[in-house]
Amino acid sequence: MDKITIENLSVQYADGTESLRGISLGIEENAITVLFGPAGGGKSTLLRCLNRLNDLTEVKAVSGRILIDGEDILDSRLDVIALRRKVGMVFARPVVLPMSIRENLTYGLKLAGEKRRVKLDEAVERSLKLAAIWEEVKDRLDTPAIALSGGQQQRICLARSLALQPEIILLDEPTSGLDPISTGKVEAALQELKKEYTIVLVPHSVQQAARTADYAAFFLQGELVEYGEGKPLFTNPKDKRTEEYIQGRFG
Amino acid sequence: MNSILTRNRHLTQRIGYAIITVMAFATIIPIVAVVIYIFVKGWSAISADFLTTFPTNGMREGGIYPAIVGTVVLTLVASIFVVPLGIAAAIYLAEYARDTKLTRTIRIAIINLAGIPSVVYGLFGLGMFVLFFKFGTSILAASLTLAIMTLPVVISTSEEALRAVPQGFRTVSISLGGTRWQTISRIILKEALPGILTGVILGLERAAGETAPILFTGAVFFLPSLPQSIFDPTMALPYHLFVISTQVPEMPVNIQYGTALVLLAFVLTLNLIATVIRSRARAKRQW
Repeated sequence: MDKITIENLSVQYADGTESLRGISLGIEENAITVLFGPAGGGKSTLLRCLNRLNDLTEVKAVSGRILIDGEDILDSRLDVIALRRKVGMVFARPVVLPMSIRENLTYGLKLAGEKRRVKLDEAVERSLKLAAIWEEVKDRLDTPAIALSGGQQQRICLARSLALQPEIILLDEPTSGLDPISTGKVEAALQELKKEYTIVLVPHSVQQAARTADYAAFFLQGELVEYGEGKPLFTNPKDKRTEEYIQGRFG
Repeated sequence: MNSILTRNRHLTQRIGYAIITVMAFATIIPIVAVVIYIFVKGWSAISADFLTTFPTNGMREGGIYPAIVGTVVLTLVASIFVVPLGIAAAIYLAEYARDTKLTRTIRIAIINLAGIPSVVYGLFGLGMFVLFFKFGTSILAASLTLAIMTLPVVISTSEEALRAVPQGFRTVSISLGGTRWQTISRIILKEALPGILTGVILGLERAAGETAPILFTGAVFFLPSLPQSIFDPTMALPYHLFVISTQVPEMPVNIQYGTALVLLAFVLTLNLIATVIRSRARAKRQW
């Protein structure tokens, strides 16, 4: 079943560049959907539309509809705060907040008004376990998060989004700065997470796209070139441009 | 041929380095000289009595107690006005204002305000606070004048401190369902606070040392007792120094330099506090 339905979405930036042109796409529940393609294709723009983070940048015009559970999230009357709690995001560079590991994890919940110690502690343990980093940090929860390694920080960021119990997780090249071992851990965590969550991932390489995708969408210069199930798309792409990109002839 | 060229380049490099080093040390000399000169000429006047008693015999004897109290009070009252106002303006400019022609103009105006001569602020304070608002020659009028003079410094340093906090913190906080104000109050302000404090202290330090703005608005030659409220005028260190250096015949030189030494110590102490805050914060900073 589609968790997210994107209908004819176009995004134009204030500087005149058009970043997405007429995208229509259904994103499956409890699966990993990969948005891939060369830089400037509009993948990140699409990702940032899904939790309205684009509101922060100078976007001139957005047209079309994005339905999450049937509700149009581009509607101006939408409660954006509630949307962002439902749609979590992990960024390319891990940004831990300047506070302890525990405080990083509980930050979003506290903003939402959760004060009960028991609930907060539960959320910390549950989300750290989901992000596969509990064992590494359970004895140092009250130390500064910045002291962790890059790979650990990125899993803290993942756990921090999970603490809000979102339904959808957006990841924008979450492993671009990580070594292969850390990358493996993040990818393994995602495979577990998809059982409960809808995951939209912008991978940092074609290889990662092929490894992780249940569904894949290939973007080129603001257009959706091809979309389909992961395995067939990577082994037997229908569009010539997809094939050339996967084979590394451009990009 | 080639090796001669290389040798010449090395020589040029070495001469350049030497010149820059000498000039760098040369800049330190006047600062150190001022401190040493004032210290040597004024130290003999410093005593517990000098700091805690009123001047007597037409300022030629006794202490400078009321001037010290006056300067501390003027600085504190000015800070009551300038701190909330300056920080609020900085938050608006750094966190809320869009980058438009208007906000760019405001920013340029603020930077230029810092360059207005202090005597002009003094005249403005006289017209505005002493006469128009009828505060009279008073601590209130003088502090308000000092506050306005200090405002640009506080706003621009605070804005800089806020902008230095990494953008990523804001994006993350918003993406976790935070509002703009939650983000500012829970993360940004806390991280920018040392920088803001430094700016405030540097601003107040300038306020504490200025004569011209308080000359027409709140400072007086001599008072037999301490001011009782902010509507009374006060004595102040910089003005007192001006008076005893130019207006009192047969003034003992060591009292003049003693007064200068106290003022210098006050300002340098504020400076030291700012430096300590900054270096402590830098050591604790998590970004």
